[in-house]
Amino acid sequence: MMEYSIIPAGDKAVKVWFHDDVSPGLNTTIQRFCDRLEAINIAGVTELVPAFDSVTIYYDPTIILYEDLHREISEIYETPVKNGNYEARLIHVPVVYGGEYGPDLQRVADHNNLATDEVIKRHQAREYLIYMIGFLPGFPYLGGLDTTIATPRLENPRASTFAGAVGIAHEQTGIYPVESPGGWNIIGKTPLHLVDLEADSGSFLFKAGDFIRFFEVSEKEFQEIEKQVNEGTYQLDISKKEVEEDVG
Amino acid sequence: MEQKELFHVKKPGIMTTFQDMGRTGYQRFGVPVSGAMDPFALQVANILVGNPRDTVALEVTLIGPTLEVLEPMTIAITGANLNPKVNNVSVGMWKPIRLEAGDVLTFGQHHEGVRAYIAVSGGVDAPTIFGSKSTDMKSGFGSMLEKGTVIKGDSDNREVASLVGLSQKVVPTYAKSVKVGVIEGPHTDLFTEEGRTRFFDTVHVVDANSNRMGYRLASEPVTLKEGSDIFSDAIPFGGIQIPRNGQPIILMADRQTTGGYPRIGTVISADIPKLAQLVPKGEIQFYPISVEEAQDRYIKMEQFLYQLEVFRRYV
Repeated sequence: MMEYSIIPAGDKAVKVWFHDDVSPGLNTTIQRFCDRLEAINIAGVTELVPAFDSVTIYYDPTIILYEDLHREISEIYETPVKNGNYEARLIHVPVVYGGEYGPDLQRVADHNNLATDEVIKRHQAREYLIYMIGFLPGFPYLGGLDTTIATPRLENPRASTFAGAVGIAHEQTGIYPVESPGGWNIIGKTPLHLVDLEADSGSFLFKAGDFIRFFEVSEKEFQEIEKQVNEGTYQLDISKKEVEEDVG
Repeated sequence: MEQKELFHVKKPGIMTTFQDMGRTGYQRFGVPVSGAMDPFALQVANILVGNPRDTVALEVTLIGPTLEVLEPMTIAITGANLNPKVNNVSVGMWKPIRLEAGDVLTFGQHHEGVRAYIAVSGGVDAPTIFGSKSTDMKSGFGSMLEKGTVIKGDSDNREVASLVGLSQKVVPTYAKSVKVGVIEGPHTDLFTEEGRTRFFDTVHVVDANSNRMGYRLASEPVTLKEGSDIFSDAIPFGGIQIPRNGQPIILMADRQTTGGYPRIGTVISADIPKLAQLVPKGEIQFYPISVEEAQDRYIKMEQFLYQLEVFRRYV
């Protein structure tokens, strides 16, 4: 059994903290834990926020008190579950690299003594796990960047980075869901919308536990996809990926 | 219901926003909660005008707006005392007020507190984004009040059953120096004993550079142990994070959903209104409290609101 602790985060939230190294296996454990919590649907629980090595559970203390929630969480966690494989989503994300879409591609190439083509090739070669969503609405924290294309943040962050910008900061890659100030090296742009603010019920492309793979498209293809996305006709390519739960 | 023009904004005030109880259910997608800084004052204002407690209202900051009334309506003003006047005559707070077309609502000198709430019977109109009408400028949701615009609403010109307000005995007062309860954790082990002692034993001063996202405090440095890096985790309203420089930041309504600094504790819900109403340069002292006691105090606050709501229905 993996070690974990349950700690109050104020009087309306509790943090379930998993004491293990951050890894894809731990992430699967966290996603499965959230699934179980949702299935059990404890009265008074209002939100779950999965992160790298924790899940924070928000709740209404007029409905359930800390002590009772603590007990329910412990029981869930201690109920044995069938180990085995679990299917995650692998989302294929089109990107046009370089030029006006990726103003820092050359900088990333120079920093790593590579040709720009090689940076693009290596950026597309991996499947990236979404450890968590945070910082901005819909912003995925991705793990698994090839360290041979890692690049420090810009010395002077931009006042504005466009929505859809695909960037690298140190050993992380990410996508800006909305326009925002930012210090990431922007190497390309995706025509996909990561968040749809018009949809009241909330429409997000990614969730924690998904995987992403980037694929290069030409400027012309980018424009065609962008048109389809705006019309709501774009067929997103999502495949299944088997992952294993780390049971500690 | 038909949308009516309620107010003409003659002056917007320095920062007047639309706030309800915030966005629930989207933090796992990175959407900040936002909502009223002082949820108690917001809810009382709504109850007084017969609205559901979580109805959107105007949150006024220090210098209030000038609003010309376009329709007869009932409003209530709660929270900070910013000397509200109708047609240049002071009006009471924490009670329903009838306004007629042509009346002008203004605010004068600041007396106490920081944030006042103006609730309108029937509510005011603002775009609903992820289930809430709260303005969150950093996320680009909604906007501050702007000069020359018109505030619309579903006002049904309803007259509330009576204009009885809150008894003076239960109207909160807002001090310039407050003591607030803190539930310790979750990163307690990362602080030195000296850091923890200083945190609880000294007075912290609210920096002028504080806003709806967070309050920066000037403090005796709250020291962390070596190698106290953490992985980002979810941050609740009132969470107190300590960056390397040892100067605490209390995370408020517009905080991001997650953060990467160690947190020494979280201000209890019942004391959030005191913080929300604390003026720049105001002083804070923290004291440790158990989660059980904090929840007991929160439940008492909720019971008060519930009873007020029931009472309002019949009186």
